[in-house]
Amino acid sequence: MPRTWRTYAVRFTALGYLLVVLVAPLSMLFWRVWVEGIDKAWAAITDPDTIHAFKITLILCAIAVPLNTVFGIVCGLAIVRRRFPGKGLVNAFVDLPLALSPVVVGFSLYLLYGRTGWFGPWFTEHGIQVLFALPAMVLATIFVSVPFVAREVVPTLREVGNEQEQAAYTLGASSWQTFWRVTLPSIRWAVIYGVVVTTARCLGEYGAVAIVSGNISGKTETATLRVQDYYENLDQAGAYGVALMLCVLAIAVLVVMTKLKPKEGVA
Amino acid sequence: MWESRAEGLHGFWEAVTQPEAVAALKLTLGISAIVALINAFFGTIIAWTLVRDEFRGKSVVNAVIDLPFALPTIVAGLLILALYGPHSPVGVHLAFTRSAIVLVLCFVSLPFVVRTVQPVLYELDEQMEEAARSLGAREHKVFSRIVLPSILPGILSGVAMAFARVVGEIGSIVIISGNLPFKTEMASVYVFNQGQNGNSAAASAVAVVMLSVSFAVLLFIGGIRRLATRHERA
Repeated sequence: MPRTWRTYAVRFTALGYLLVVLVAPLSMLFWRVWVEGIDKAWAAITDPDTIHAFKITLILCAIAVPLNTVFGIVCGLAIVRRRFPGKGLVNAFVDLPLALSPVVVGFSLYLLYGRTGWFGPWFTEHGIQVLFALPAMVLATIFVSVPFVAREVVPTLREVGNEQEQAAYTLGASSWQTFWRVTLPSIRWAVIYGVVVTTARCLGEYGAVAIVSGNISGKTETATLRVQDYYENLDQAGAYGVALMLCVLAIAVLVVMTKLKPKEGVA
Repeated sequence: MWESRAEGLHGFWEAVTQPEAVAALKLTLGISAIVALINAFFGTIIAWTLVRDEFRGKSVVNAVIDLPFALPTIVAGLLILALYGPHSPVGVHLAFTRSAIVLVLCFVSLPFVVRTVQPVLYELDEQMEEAARSLGAREHKVFSRIVLPSILPGILSGVAMAFARVVGEIGSIVIISGNLPFKTEMASVYVFNQGQNGNSAAASAVAVVMLSVSFAVLLFIGGIRRLATRHERA
């Protein structure tokens, strides 16, 4: 295509939009931390409550990510390789958390495990606190990050096809062996990519966790809730400091994502 | 969700038609529609630039697109506030206005359309366009008759995903919108606040509406997928 004024117009519109919406605000964060004082930001990051908040976030990730990885792979295999009644429904339900508001998720959990909910009274009787404690936060985090591994695995499984698996069966491999030796290696980049995206989602979850956590500083506060806490207490430096920390994590995730992507072919 | 049915259909209707709830829902749907349209336009242009244009640093731009997916949304809200808020270095003060909400939601939903249109554009055969051009078609006609029909399903499903995401978004809005009832209070924040205040009936009623929007969007996307694949087979 000849390089006309049109090419340039389109390019500058695209890049201009990215600059205004994405790049400029991002660079502002670094600038704000600088202006407010790095020492203040550092104090906010090393505050015991903040460190505790990051620990909680890490715990949530450590539980939700492996569970969703296993679930995603199993689900992906079931959707692509098997035929069973209600398959379309499963397929749609896996995508549901993508379209559903985290607030609605959090609120449903809140009702379910609340004093009058279906499961709430049972847990209270047995002395287990679900709401405003780690269990509910884990549930919320798992729920919102369910789709990502499955979504990466499904197209890759389709593309790979099942010839190799069938060959393995013909050669006498058990289904367990086939999975570990043939299927998993062929989808491993998709799985890793899915894991990275899942981790990012768990790190950044706000809405669902905010509702069920009760938001108690030093106890059930996650890193994202900590940002809001600082902000509402008019501690701008603190909010920007913790935000910067999360931002650095996000950029690290992004770098890993970009490094992984080309191996899957451009898509 | 059971809660709102327990209150009965009548209670549900009463809760949904509360002026504040109606205002929040209207605002949310209106703003989401605007954001979806902005995404449809700019998302397509960005995808086009990434596929058809060549310039230095393109791979960096391509990587940056995913940033809103990786970044916690509450940080996104803070970012927009830092640039367009009270201490704005560029002199734009949008904090606690509807424009700020639109802006931050554009940030959050940026990748959807780009990422659905991009692969389709890659696959698109440029020879068809060349053929049209050599037959004397003008640039805009080539686009509207050949490029657009093939990327339209991608645009639509991307827009639908972005719309669903934006309707339910909360993290980025909490900080920047100010949450003034009847002015900048979005449905998600309404559910959140009513839930926190123990007003479960009001919260679950609006939550049910949001849930139906999500289902509708999923159905819509499923329909587009089916149409698109049938088109391919034919």
